[in-house]
Amino acid sequence: MTAKIAYDDVEVGAELPARTFPVTRATLVQYAGASGDFNPIHWNEKFAVEVGLPDVIAHGMFTMAEAIRVVTDWAGDPGAVVEYGVRFTKPVVVPNDDKGATIEVSGKVAAKLDDNTVRVDLTAMSAGQKVLGMSRAVVRLA
Amino acid sequence: MALDQSFVGRSYPPTDPYEVGREKIREFAEAVGDTNPAYTDPEAAKALGYSDVIAPPTFVFAITFKAAGQVVQDPQLGLDYSRVVHGDQKFAYTRPVRAGDRLTVTSTIEAIKSMAGNDIVDIRGEVHDEAGEHVVTAVTKLVARAAEEG
Repeated sequence: MTAKIAYDDVEVGAELPARTFPVTRATLVQYAGASGDFNPIHWNEKFAVEVGLPDVIAHGMFTMAEAIRVVTDWAGDPGAVVEYGVRFTKPVVVPNDDKGATIEVSGKVAAKLDDNTVRVDLTAMSAGQKVLGMSRAVVRLA
Repeated sequence: MALDQSFVGRSYPPTDPYEVGREKIREFAEAVGDTNPAYTDPEAAKALGYSDVIAPPTFVFAITFKAAGQVVQDPQLGLDYSRVVHGDQKFAYTRPVRAGDRLTVTSTIEAIKSMAGNDIVDIRGEVHDEAGEHVVTAVTKLVARAAEEG
């Protein structure tokens, strides 16, 4: 494993480059196919509303996959991620229009740990709401 | 009704091996819009020290969640899947998943809690490769929401 960021060069509090990820209905259909999660709450508006949701929502695992890109792009080696966990606090609501929704992700180094690893705390927002809680990754640096 | 605590610690038989394909990884990476070449270009993956393309960190969920179906659908446990939402997800990796891996999953019920009428089940999926080496542990928290009154 060869992360492009050196452990010795990183300080607690350092911010990772923030990213904004778009998500449309087409994105969700594609993710459903790739992941095998065909739950209709992710593509069928009528079904979503019937079970009490405001509209079709993104797969929590899609949001989780987007959020970690802030870490993997920064570290340079996706295989350097040692641990990754999130809590799904609010759904990402994806309206059926041209714009869809966006997921805004930022991250910062929260702690330097043993064995050249650091803990990165992530924040993921959509439509002004925090959509992931306790979103943390441990990544091994060079 | 609260779930039976005696199910805590119960393990289910390992799944049949899932063979990870390069094109399945590519399909997943494209679906999440991630153009990192380690997912699609074997040479780029080799430059990072891997024998073949690796999978994005959350890729393995599709495999562990399918395995967790043994727990979810266990009629003795009696989880009401129509009320289940995904509460938390965690992964702890020994190494990344890579193309060519033949992965088996052993699912264990790690915890059962009842809070405000909700049933909360933590399922741990231990993922091993063909050589029996640990690859990743996935812990999935499922919340079966309380049935509405009346």
